Amino acid sequence: MSLVGRRWPRSRRPRAARFARERAIGENGHVSLYRDEGVVLRTQKLGEADRIVTLLTRRTGLVRAVGKGVRRTKSRFGARLEPFTHVDLQLHTGRTLDVITQADTLRAYGEPLVADYPRYTAGTAMLETAEKIVIVEKDPALRQFLLLVGGLRTLAEAAHDPRLVLDAYLLRSLAVAGYAPALEECARCGSHGSHRSFAVHAGGTVCSVCRPAGSAAPAPETVHLMAALLRGDWAQADASDGRHRTECSGLVAAYLQWHLENGIRSLRLVERT
Amino acid sequence: MYEGAVQNLIDELGRLPGVGPKSAQRIAFHLLAAETADVKRLVHALVEVKERVRFCSVCGNVAEEEQCRICRDPRRDAAVICVVEESKDVVAIERTREFRGRYHVLGGAISPIEGVGPDDLRIRELMARLSDGQITELILATDPNLEGEATATYLARLVKPMGLKVTRLASGLPVGGDLEYADEVTLGRAFEGRRSLEL
Repeated sequence: MSLVGRRWPRSRRPRAARFARERAIGENGHVSLYRDEGVVLRTQKLGEADRIVTLLTRRTGLVRAVGKGVRRTKSRFGARLEPFTHVDLQLHTGRTLDVITQADTLRAYGEPLVADYPRYTAGTAMLETAEKIVIVEKDPALRQFLLLVGGLRTLAEAAHDPRLVLDAYLLRSLAVAGYAPALEECARCGSHGSHRSFAVHAGGTVCSVCRPAGSAAPAPETVHLMAALLRGDWAQADASDGRHRTECSGLVAAYLQWHLENGIRSLRLVERT
Repeated sequence: MYEGAVQNLIDELGRLPGVGPKSAQRIAFHLLAAETADVKRLVHALVEVKERVRFCSVCGNVAEEEQCRICRDPRRDAAVICVVEESKDVVAIERTREFRGRYHVLGGAISPIEGVGPDDLRIRELMARLSDGQITELILATDPNLEGEATATYLARLVKPMGLKVTRLASGLPVGGDLEYADEVTLGRAFEGRRSLEL
């Protein structure tokens, strides 16, 4: 006779029978485990041997979770929870922080990046930006996730100047968040054409009529480079000049910091090749 | 809430790392029940550590004099410097009894996300030590995590033009571990750094 069908006196009824009655077949509602994949953005030490790991995941968005004992040399997944690693995870929902119960590497972008210092610094600026731009925890941000994975892959492949990859990522990440700079029209009146002035607080290039005081006057090639990076036109971006790249980085950094309010600390330490 | 002195002690103990309110209370009452001599010894140790301990002028390790014990020891090999992140790492390496050279404590690792750049570490002091021409080998013993690796890459690039031998601690399988539980990155490094067994 099955556990469910039988009549048990209340005091003797086994646990299994109690749950079998309440739950439909295949349902696993009592276990608060979930699976997701994500990129490790940053890690902070916690207590003796634990770490708080901040991840940008595909389905859940920004997650802060505890990796227990991951700082010990014998930890089974400590090495997989390093920044830049794209991991497949199993997490347990906790009261304030979730707990990582399993982790498997999908792709470790950190290895090729640490071997090349300018690439590494560009990568950390990308991770920090991803964390600051998503902000809200557990709010799905699929496009930001895909953009970050794509950005890290491009950076690790070393096919383009790391500074360009970083700027392309920052511009597109801002665009996904709704802060795309106006580059082919005036940010104030909307008149089309390439304008000479760039005003960070106005939202992009501005025409000579709308131009607010304190606008920058970048070279036209710099604005073209920004547009190429936003579009993903690598042929044009790779052909650009060093001084236009530097000017572009400056404008992108200023634009990013204006919109995010908090500064991106790692931008200061990004090295030029 | 307790009265004055007891609560004061609990609050102070609660500020220590890893000590929560309940642990603080437990320690406070333990101290209250302990012998006066024991408590005096603890107080003395606390005051002494702040008054006597300082950082070695050469390597940056904790010391009680101008230079630390290792930098003063004439038997240590002055031609080899081992670069570590913290003083704790010096102790860890000393325990192996494998290394007879001297150390250089950086005081952390490059971590752009925390705002720690090369200028915030004792890298300038290291360069000054290397420039006197006495040193032939630099061993990079920063942590085998991302920040440590990046710091090692940065230092290797900086030191390369000086023509020194620069080595990095090996990464691989822990002694007493199981191969099947090793992660891909560590196992990959173990393969990369494999050595021939000369019998």
